[in-house]
Amino acid sequence: MSIAITTQFICFTVLSLVVIIGALGVVLLESIVYSAFLLGGVFMSVAGLYLLLNASFVAAAQVLVYVGAVNVLIIFAIMLVNKKEDLKPISDIKSRRIISTSICLTLLSLLIRVDLTNAWSLSSPQNSIGEESTIRIGEHLFSDYLLPFEVASVLLLMAMIGAIVLARRDVMSKDISTGLPVDQELIEKSYEPLLTNKN
Amino acid sequence: MEYGLDLEYSFNEFLKGFGLSSEIAHIIWLPLPMLLVLVAAVVGVLVTVWLERKISAAAQQRIGPEYAGALGVLQPIADGLKLLVKEDIIPAKADGILFTAGPILVLVPVILSWLIVPFGQNLLISNVGIGIFLWIALSSIQPIGLLMSGYASNNKYSLLGGLRAAAQSISYEIPLALSVLAIVLMTNSLSTVDIVNQQSGFGILSWNIWRQPVGFIVFWICALAECERLPFDLPEAEEELVAGYQTEYAGMKFALFYLGSYINLILSALLVSILYLGGWGFPIPVELIAKFLNLPINAPFIQVFTASIGIVMTVLKAYLLVFIAILLRWTTPRVRIDQLLDLGWKFLLPISLANLLITAGLKLAFPKFFGG
Repeated sequence: MSIAITTQFICFTVLSLVVIIGALGVVLLESIVYSAFLLGGVFMSVAGLYLLLNASFVAAAQVLVYVGAVNVLIIFAIMLVNKKEDLKPISDIKSRRIISTSICLTLLSLLIRVDLTNAWSLSSPQNSIGEESTIRIGEHLFSDYLLPFEVASVLLLMAMIGAIVLARRDVMSKDISTGLPVDQELIEKSYEPLLTNKN
Repeated sequence: MEYGLDLEYSFNEFLKGFGLSSEIAHIIWLPLPMLLVLVAAVVGVLVTVWLERKISAAAQQRIGPEYAGALGVLQPIADGLKLLVKEDIIPAKADGILFTAGPILVLVPVILSWLIVPFGQNLLISNVGIGIFLWIALSSIQPIGLLMSGYASNNKYSLLGGLRAAAQSISYEIPLALSVLAIVLMTNSLSTVDIVNQQSGFGILSWNIWRQPVGFIVFWICALAECERLPFDLPEAEEELVAGYQTEYAGMKFALFYLGSYINLILSALLVSILYLGGWGFPIPVELIAKFLNLPINAPFIQVFTASIGIVMTVLKAYLLVFIAILLRWTTPRVRIDQLLDLGWKFLLPISLANLLITAGLKLAFPKFFGG
């Protein structure tokens, strides 16, 4: 075994272990902050796996989008809503866990089946394009994948408009659930006036 | 036009002369440029810290450090040694693991980004194809480290500082990436070496700053904001937040933040000089000088001359920008958080979008000047 292949093997083993252990940690850890940071680690290791596959552009995009944007947003949200209250215990937690585990296992078996039935080997190793892949991705995005690309941009626009509507409360004059007019002056202000039952 | 010294090739040939296989020679070669760049980055930080102290003193009509070495040049080393031997404190209520991992996560992406900084045609660690995109991706990791240390300190000032740093970093990354995109559009490549080569035709006249004046200003403002330099140093605003996310840190962990912020400043200055000021290019093309002196461009003398002038030019341009950044720090007041976000989202973002659009249009209209 040459040195290059050995290095690649070691990197692959380490990255896969980090992905698996990290993903288990994300699901099993009690502290939501640890889960969020571990998720960032998992995303980074997946980027490392892309790098091992010579897909450097995809790896960098993975870091930029998933670590730099998605994970930062998740952590941001957790830290802005850092409530010290205990969550209500769910009554039928056991049956819920059984259902979610069975769904996950079904998904896993499906993925394993895809893995076993698909022919993964490339027709020839010379087909790998390496650094050219950035150009090739661009060509695909603007030719045969143009429609999904544009639809994704429309989706993002919709999400952005939705976020603006939610952030600007004056658009909604009535509370959706109760039908009462919404107090737009201070969001944190209590709905019940403090001095009503003074006497 | 591949010219210039290929140090890796000659080093490998030299080792093979001792009977080593090419793989072993490659492995011995690999850490050398990394170490060299690491040392260069740290020395650059020491110089910048000294400059910062001296220039701030001059701006405030003081003398500044003067006892440690001639003109106080050894002052940063004394500072560093002090931080090195200080007690490393982890507050009792802090989260030990995250508290330690935070500074590391801030520093490592910055140092990794030095991978793509070229000091000459072959004088960089790795000419990766995604080049400048790698830097954008890596710099987006930093806010996680800041949030981590802000949270782990278990201190409201730290948390506020960390949140501010992350918000600032996210909002200024977008105009930054858009102004880099305009350059990439003109170069047809993400590689930093290609970006510099595209500006090397006519010396100072072909630098990108003349074709991208708006992009240059947007990039510089965003780079300052990403480095948390003074007009935008809200995350560590002393008067409001003690020291932001660094409040609880002492000793070497604080030094990591300190080192990270200065390495980031130098890196940003280097990237501005690469993207807009012609990188290692001399204001007058070296080919012209060689022709004038009647020397062949491949002569060993000219090669060494080109390489050394390349390094000198890159460092000179970068330090000119560092000088401007330091002057800005000691002469401008801090913006408010709403002004900061207004500037980022309502001013820089539309301007950089328009800049990208105009660049694309000009590229179609005048392919000769804006890269075909």
